[in-house]
Amino acid sequence: MRYAMAIDTKKCVGCSDCVVACQTENNIPLGYARDWVTETINGVYPSLQLEFRSERCNHCDNTPCVRTCPTGASHVIEGGIVKVTHEKCIGCGACIQSCPYDARYSSPEGWVDKCTFCDHRLKDGQNPACVEVCPTHCMYFGDLDDSNSPVSKVMANRKWKVLAPEAGTSPQIFYLI
Amino acid sequence: MKEELIISGRMNPNIDPVLHLWHWEIPVYLFLGGLAAGLLFFAAFYVIRDEKDRFPTAVKIAPILAPIAIIIGLIALFLDLKHKLFFWRLYTVIRLESPMSWGAWVLMIITPLSFMWVGGFLKEVFPKIDLKKGFSSKLLKLVFKESEGEVNWKWKYNFLETFEKFIIFRRKELAWVILFYSLILGVYTGILLSAFNARPLWNTAILGPIFLVSGFSTAAASIMWMSKLPEEKKWFSKIDIMLIIIELFFILHLFMGFLAGPQVQVDAAALFWGGQFTVYFGLFVVILGLIMPAIFEVMELSGIHVHISIPAFLILFGGLIFRFVMVEAGQITRYLY
Repeated sequence: MRYAMAIDTKKCVGCSDCVVACQTENNIPLGYARDWVTETINGVYPSLQLEFRSERCNHCDNTPCVRTCPTGASHVIEGGIVKVTHEKCIGCGACIQSCPYDARYSSPEGWVDKCTFCDHRLKDGQNPACVEVCPTHCMYFGDLDDSNSPVSKVMANRKWKVLAPEAGTSPQIFYLI
Repeated sequence: MKEELIISGRMNPNIDPVLHLWHWEIPVYLFLGGLAAGLLFFAAFYVIRDEKDRFPTAVKIAPILAPIAIIIGLIALFLDLKHKLFFWRLYTVIRLESPMSWGAWVLMIITPLSFMWVGGFLKEVFPKIDLKKGFSSKLLKLVFKESEGEVNWKWKYNFLETFEKFIIFRRKELAWVILFYSLILGVYTGILLSAFNARPLWNTAILGPIFLVSGFSTAAASIMWMSKLPEEKKWFSKIDIMLIIIELFFILHLFMGFLAGPQVQVDAAALFWGGQFTVYFGLFVVILGLIMPAIFEVMELSGIHVHISIPAFLILFGGLIFRFVMVEAGQITRYLY
């Protein structure tokens, strides 16, 4: 099993509903965010191209955060989801320094926190909160090993890219272009 | 001009707008760790070569700084942790993939070894300790007691006396162990940073050797500053010149590697070449911290008197600034935005 997410940049309007849904679902402290929206503008005026991306932890296949963690607090669970055990985290910041996506933050309590793909919801057969609330249905979630999952189906028919592939982490959030 | 404008909605504290998670604690620790590694290396090296009477400062006196530096460094590391009360988790696992993990274990080993080294020479360095008067005598009496003879004190507990004899008897073996671990400690201060592949400035294998050489250079500077013997001063001055030349050579290689590397590393090098760290690095690290002290030391060796404290201070200062610059600048370099 390999959980992954595909996000359609042609459908995303940058409303940040995913951000609010995550903050609510996971009780994120004020001022922090596990996911966020990035807006890029390409080209020369008047010929400009706008792209919205909902970004989060890429739950990489090659995880520098797990590699550099000195206590084993950062770990990979079934389905390739990268998680942090709060009681093992000493707040040294090694994982934050090693993440090319800056997807982690040091929570006010001291431990490091990040996107979990809402694994508590997955257990109940639900989608992650961000996917569930998206008003344009631009996010597809599921198991890459299952050819009938929404993510596998959409990726079979669309061109996609990943962020900073040159960082060598083999990210698992795919942006449909 | 064709360009890309990126606007991110993320505003996590210490992460945005630029990563600034590690503050003064890490560079101070890296400096003190490198200094301690160098001091212990030279001490062990000259005991192994049977030259402890030729270089008494390096072998007996300067290493006193090592455990002090390590302890202050460890306090700094502890202060840096955000989830402090869980620090003991470091010692529940050995994770060879994580430099921070094996670094923590190396510190666990080398800290007591450095105390043992200093303890084994204490009677030679301080044969007379005043245990009669003053506030300090009360503290000293916790471990020492009065005695007769050339050395006017003894360890308060007999097992310490026995242990001291054992250390003196097995000093060469201890020196070999310390030599090995001091090299690891010295390299580790650089490897710690180079393991973070997300920061292009740090992600280069040459950082380990640079930090090792720089640490040894600060140690050689401390020894020549502390030494009272002209021959020892001169010898460590020569060692220091050699280390400075090697370090300059490594720094050149570092930037050659960056400029021939991917765009993110070209950008990282630009921070030092016209970017915001140009003055800190060029003036304080390279000119004041490496080139000037080397010139002063060469002048001193060729007979023009320069007080030894000037080059020694400059090297220590340059070494500290170097670590501050590397930690600060490294956190700015990145892959995305």
